[in-house]
Amino acid sequence: MQRNALARLSDVAQSTLPFLARVAHAATRARDELRLRLLGDDFEERVRSLQRRYTTLGGDPFGFDPETARQAAMVVAVFHRLYFRTEVFGIEHVPPGRALLIANHSGQIPIDAAIIGSAMFYDARPPRVTRAMVEKWTATLPFVSAFFSRVGQVVGLQENAVRLLEMGELVLAFPEGMRAISKPFANRYQLEPFGHGFMRLALRTQTPIVPVAVIGAEEQYLSFGNIEWAAKALGLPSFPVVPQLLLPGGAMPLPTKYRLHFGEPMRFYGDPDDDESVIGDKVWLVQQTINDLLRRGLRERRGVFL
Amino acid sequence: MSSPPNLLVTQTELGPVVVTGICGRLGRELSRLLHRKRKVIGVDRRAFIDPPGDIEHHQLDIRSHKAREVFRHGIAAVVHLGVMHDPHESSEEHHDFNVVGLQKVLEYVDVYKVPKLLLLSSANVYGPRPDNPQLIREDAPLLGAGPFSDIRDLVELDMLVNAFFWRCPSTETVILRPAHILGTVKNAPSNYLRLDVVPTLLGFDPMMQVVHQRDVLQAIDLALSPGVRGIFNIGGPEPMALSKAISLLGRRAMAVPHSLAKAAVKNLFRVRLTKFPAPELDFIRYVCMVDDTKARTELGYAPAHNLEATLRAVDEERWVA
Repeated sequence: MQRNALARLSDVAQSTLPFLARVAHAATRARDELRLRLLGDDFEERVRSLQRRYTTLGGDPFGFDPETARQAAMVVAVFHRLYFRTEVFGIEHVPPGRALLIANHSGQIPIDAAIIGSAMFYDARPPRVTRAMVEKWTATLPFVSAFFSRVGQVVGLQENAVRLLEMGELVLAFPEGMRAISKPFANRYQLEPFGHGFMRLALRTQTPIVPVAVIGAEEQYLSFGNIEWAAKALGLPSFPVVPQLLLPGGAMPLPTKYRLHFGEPMRFYGDPDDDESVIGDKVWLVQQTINDLLRRGLRERRGVFL
Repeated sequence: MSSPPNLLVTQTELGPVVVTGICGRLGRELSRLLHRKRKVIGVDRRAFIDPPGDIEHHQLDIRSHKAREVFRHGIAAVVHLGVMHDPHESSEEHHDFNVVGLQKVLEYVDVYKVPKLLLLSSANVYGPRPDNPQLIREDAPLLGAGPFSDIRDLVELDMLVNAFFWRCPSTETVILRPAHILGTVKNAPSNYLRLDVVPTLLGFDPMMQVVHQRDVLQAIDLALSPGVRGIFNIGGPEPMALSKAISLLGRRAMAVPHSLAKAAVKNLFRVRLTKFPAPELDFIRYVCMVDDTKARTELGYAPAHNLEATLRAVDEERWVA
């Protein structure tokens, strides 16, 4: 009786073990495929090339840490490749060496910056670290401040930007500022007035400006408006009314399709300390270029989620 | 800004130097460095234990009348290290000793035409702030006293010497603003890194700049050479994150939320169980680093100690004792 049971067990084992092995094999293959799809086949090489850059620079005084950046890049890849399925146009326009990326800002939380950074890491050749200029108050937030500086974000001051550009870095700025990121859904893809700081910076350091249009971020959170007194009371920069947050799982942004349009680099010449109106004319050119990129991109896209 | 006539330079090049606050750890090290080259005269309230043989030490308060005599004859340079920073001392005594003391020094330098005055200030006068530029240049405003009134004295001294620079152009006035000095010195950053369990603030890991005490002495020595004047930031080896400093030293870090740490340090300080006043927590929260390009190009300053050696310097005395 016992022998019989054992024999039966071995029969079962003989038939199921290869099956389990096949499942395990398929699982590893799926994992590798996913990894390949998310990170690409040259992920480690890309990380190493960034490490080499900062080793030759003798460390980064702003606290960029390649290891933290590597892990963050792996997380962002899920959003970049799977969730938002970013399409990138014209990234070859970003010149090697110092450059200033100027983009429209949207989406309630700055996912657009992460996606631009991700595109510059995964889709640009060679990979670049994007140094975004962030709000000063983020430096007062625990965890956020430490994380931001490790992944290469820098407090948005003219001095810092000049230093980064002199190091030959790629600086990302959103000249619309906080006003734009928290604008309601009704005002989507309408640019807020640009600040002039980035133009003075470009003139001072003779840096080419690459206009970037981000499409898809506006629809990720549908905001019905901004309660200013609540923002003031809570000490936040804005308090948007986003009904989807009340739904289960609504904290996640909607899976819109991101499209990044990089324009051709623009070079400006002149006195960085010129009159506001003179600087304003140059700023207007950049703003119009981004607006054109946005209009064209919106016309060409098939759908918000497709 | 014409340089002083060459005749004067050669005469005073190796003339006697007065070092105030010579009995501090940095002062003693400085006297050991300088006495080989020139006569060193010390002024301090404290006694100089075991000085190098040829040092002339005056144990007196810089504010007293007798101190005038020290400066009377042919002094070639004054190095002012006599800045008191004892957080447990009353702030009036602090203020009086520091400001009146410096005013006396400035008066003597002016009256007796001392050709060189050097103040060892600190990068702390810029203050740790969330909106600081990552590397601060010499022309930045001194905002350190805002949240942290104990540093008010140092900011005032720095300003007084700054004004003296313009008032007395015949004297070459130098202000050095070094980053956190590490070594056998008993200052806050060295004491902090000497702790076995180093408390940090949860979620904050600012970039830091440290400099070995011997590199600071080298900078002082360079700044004493004739023709040098102005304000110089003194940085050390490349900046690193606070967490890296702690792990390089092999210490354990203990992360504490800021509000909790602030309350704890405040109470511990009141009952004198810690030497760190609560507002000093900002130094491990926000960035306060300096751009020392000017010192590197104009003074020829270059730190001789790398990051690891600079950090290890805080432990130098442990195995001696």
